[in-house]
Amino acid sequence: MSSLQTPPLSAEQATPDSRTLRLIRILLPIVVLAAGIAIWALVVRLNNIPPYVLPGPGAVFRTLVSDWPVLSQSLLTTLLTTLEGFIAAAVGGIALALLFNQSKWLEYSLFPYAVILQVTPVIAIAPLLLIYLPQQTAVIVCAWIVGFFPVLSNTTLGLNSVDRNLAGLFRLYGASRMQTLRYLKLPSALPFILGGLRIAGGLSLIGAVVAEIAAGSAGAGSGLAYRIAESGYRLNIPRMFAALLLLSAAGIVIYGLLAVTSHLVLRRWHESALGKEN
Amino acid sequence: MAEPATSSETGSGTASLAVSLHGVTKVYDSGVAALGPLDLDVGKGEFVSLLGPSGCGKSTALRLIAGLNAPTSGTVGVSHRAGQARAGHSIGLVFQEPTLMPWTTVRENVQLPLKLAHAPTAEANARVHAALTQVGLSDFADAFPRELSGGMKMRVSLARALVTDPDILLMDEPFAALDEITRFRLNNDLLSLWRNLRKTVIFVTHSVFESVYLSQRVIVMTQRPGRLSAEVRIDASEPRGEDFRTSADYAAYCREVSHALAPLQSGQPGS
Repeated sequence: MSSLQTPPLSAEQATPDSRTLRLIRILLPIVVLAAGIAIWALVVRLNNIPPYVLPGPGAVFRTLVSDWPVLSQSLLTTLLTTLEGFIAAAVGGIALALLFNQSKWLEYSLFPYAVILQVTPVIAIAPLLLIYLPQQTAVIVCAWIVGFFPVLSNTTLGLNSVDRNLAGLFRLYGASRMQTLRYLKLPSALPFILGGLRIAGGLSLIGAVVAEIAAGSAGAGSGLAYRIAESGYRLNIPRMFAALLLLSAAGIVIYGLLAVTSHLVLRRWHESALGKEN
Repeated sequence: MAEPATSSETGSGTASLAVSLHGVTKVYDSGVAALGPLDLDVGKGEFVSLLGPSGCGKSTALRLIAGLNAPTSGTVGVSHRAGQARAGHSIGLVFQEPTLMPWTTVRENVQLPLKLAHAPTAEANARVHAALTQVGLSDFADAFPRELSGGMKMRVSLARALVTDPDILLMDEPFAALDEITRFRLNNDLLSLWRNLRKTVIFVTHSVFESVYLSQRVIVMTQRPGRLSAEVRIDASEPRGEDFRTSADYAAYCREVSHALAPLQSGQPGS
């Protein structure tokens, strides 16, 4: 439309463009989702696939509604486990990083084991944990194991990336260790810590699910993953899908909440949270 | 690194000296000899520039005076006020970068040295306000550093150095990253601050023009390891202003300092 004129680089020109762009970015995934669901429904109907092989989206939705009492209870159980694991991971990761930062000896002694804990697949550790710990505790420990490492390593990175000159200034003015930690290191590390927490949120959910599946039918608790396993044994495929849907929604909500928190905390000063035009 | 930020010898020397270095050398752990041996006496209230090619140890000298590093040999003497208040600190330091804490306001940044010294809040607030007024930023106390221009950030940095009412102001190429117009303005502001407050200023720069314009004495340093190569006294009438910047005297001094610097730039390093 403005093909004859060179578009001026003014804000008035840029705003509608960026708004359309944002709208497109929101609309496109929705279109893809709708198309996917339509194709799914079509494939199921045209091929006459029975629901115990592949339920259509309608069947999944109906199950979600009809089984809501059971599923919502399971969702709550899983979310609670995830939350507990996440808090343990956040507190444990940050505390350990602070300890490492204060004492090199401690870091050298313990850091390798933090790495080992991280690289050993949690699905392999879960059954062992279930032998030695009460089930509820084991599930939380699993969520903690997978969640704490990103918090630990990110916090460590943040504490070590303090501006050298600022650190010199703190020394010049005779800052104590606590003051340096509180007024310099922790604020410097904050963006890194929040990044670690964002990863840990999703991982805590994975940890909780893994532990629930490992606990399997032995589980007295009845989280969503347990529902999936149970429904699998009973060939209740629509319920499997419904539970899966809830799990993935839970993951999205957790990520979104942490991303918003991070943005709100950093928006006044950190590059990552500033508008691109600044 | 919790070593006290004081140098090996303090309070020594004659009463009129603010800083005195004797046979000071600095060899870094990597084996690089950065400085010396260097002898330097700076009188109280004097404005001295350290001028030299980059990497000649100017900044190292400043860090030694500030007590951020210990000299490998020699003594660093810095005079301390007797019985100074808890909130006072005898040295103020300004880096090439503004080095502000981005996560907090201008006010909090300037208040930092007082907060670290546990100064009473009422006194701290008054001092912060005074320091910000001195640099002409009293209206920006609640701004965040990223909302300020480069020159304004540097002013905040200067206010932070002044807030403890130090005797000695150490400035490490503070205006090197600024555009010329801003630099000239800050030069003038710094001069008028110095005239009013009469602090000892040690100013590191690699600009001949800046050093001549600002200082009473220009110390030209050699290539690494930095030593004293020449010393030029600038006897210009006070107060200096744009008149001085365009005067023949100024040009003559610049020529003299440039000549002192020239053999270092053309010659081999390590002379």
